[in-house]
Amino acid sequence: MLYVDIEKRLDRFTLKARFRCDHNTLALFGASGAGKSMTLKCISGIEKPDRGVIQLNDRVLFDSEKRIDLPPQKRRVGYLFQEYALFPNMTVSGNIAAGMRKLPKAEREQKLRELIERFKLSGLENRRPDSLSGGEKQRVALARIFASSPEVLLLDEPFSSLDTLLKYQLIPYIRDIIGDFGGETIMVSHDIDEVRQLCAEVSPITDGVTQETVDSGIYYQQIKKQYEDLK
Amino acid sequence: MDLYPLYNSLRIAAIAAIIVFLLGIAAAYYIAKLPRVLKGILDVIFTLPLVLPPTVVGYLLLLVLGPKRPVGEFFLENWDIRLTMQWWSAIFAVSVIVFPLMYRTARGAFERFDENLADAGRTLGLSNTYIFWRIRIPYCKQGIIAGVVLSFARALGEYGATSMIAGYTPGKTATVSTAVYQLWRTGNDELAIKWVLINIAISAVVLLIINLLEKPQRRRS
Repeated sequence: MLYVDIEKRLDRFTLKARFRCDHNTLALFGASGAGKSMTLKCISGIEKPDRGVIQLNDRVLFDSEKRIDLPPQKRRVGYLFQEYALFPNMTVSGNIAAGMRKLPKAEREQKLRELIERFKLSGLENRRPDSLSGGEKQRVALARIFASSPEVLLLDEPFSSLDTLLKYQLIPYIRDIIGDFGGETIMVSHDIDEVRQLCAEVSPITDGVTQETVDSGIYYQQIKKQYEDLK
Repeated sequence: MDLYPLYNSLRIAAIAAIIVFLLGIAAAYYIAKLPRVLKGILDVIFTLPLVLPPTVVGYLLLLVLGPKRPVGEFFLENWDIRLTMQWWSAIFAVSVIVFPLMYRTARGAFERFDENLADAGRTLGLSNTYIFWRIRIPYCKQGIIAGVVLSFARALGEYGATSMIAGYTPGKTATVSTAVYQLWRTGNDELAIKWVLINIAISAVVLLIINLLEKPQRRRS
């Protein structure tokens, strides 16, 4: 369970994000600059909200009144960055292993092999990120996230740096990964097709304010109707 | 030919380069996090030695480190250590003069760092120290190495502040640059020319290294 109720003053508006996600996939859907990524950054601890509460399962990650503010290192949040943020000076293996430095060596190597297998990265182990394709980079980033055993997945525009064809090939793959993960997944997107295919619920966000969470299928029909009306 | 000045110049420059490497990257890293006004003020202070005449820096250092000045007197009375006129006194002078070069190149390199990498590292549980030394510094490697080499080169040639704080004692505080001045002053052209040529050779090699470092700047996609 992920519960978020936060406020943060930004340049153009005040972010007011409020939603709850229970063993589910939730999309934060809205235009560019509506505060979607900022919400993810607050959940992960990269940015600090002005006030509010963030709770993940039985742990309070942030509570302004109780002055709780866990550092990102202790939040166990799997954050997939828009451009994947792979460490350019490390190999594929190095990137994945970075997320499990605290594990004993044998266990780490075992898990590394499993992740390389699972994310179809065999043969790329010693390559550097700048020699990988967009799809490969995404798989490395995902493997690295799962290496760190996250309790929640945060996907920030997971397809924005991929071309359309690749994106449609990857959507079922990402859906399987989210399904296997089984925990909460929050995805940020401005593409309603992506949202409908990957998320069960949507929390639309406009000028930093999240709306009531709705079923993504129903929301898709609404948006489509609005679009038809405009035509 | 007595090579002591070369040896002395090299060790002073090498030690100063190490000091300035650590202080320069620390200053460049922490200053970026400060509020704008404080950042502006500190930036001016940190860069000042680059534009001040070295004699002014030397004078200011003597105001602090001289045997009758606060810090100098303290060391002399408590540990019987005289901070000026030692071979290592030049390290103070050279470090201050050279600091802005390292600080500014490191700052430029850090500004081009992709902060998402540090954020990604933190969400993966990596400590801030690990992120700094294993992700940030390697990413900014070229700029930082260029800064160190440039600092080392400038340190080798420092004259003004060095001569004020360390003086010229043959076989003790003499450096290449102070030796050239002394040899010219005493009319020993033959030896002066030798040192001048050595100086030009070292400087040329260092500049060559800097150019080689800057060349293979592969674009990161």
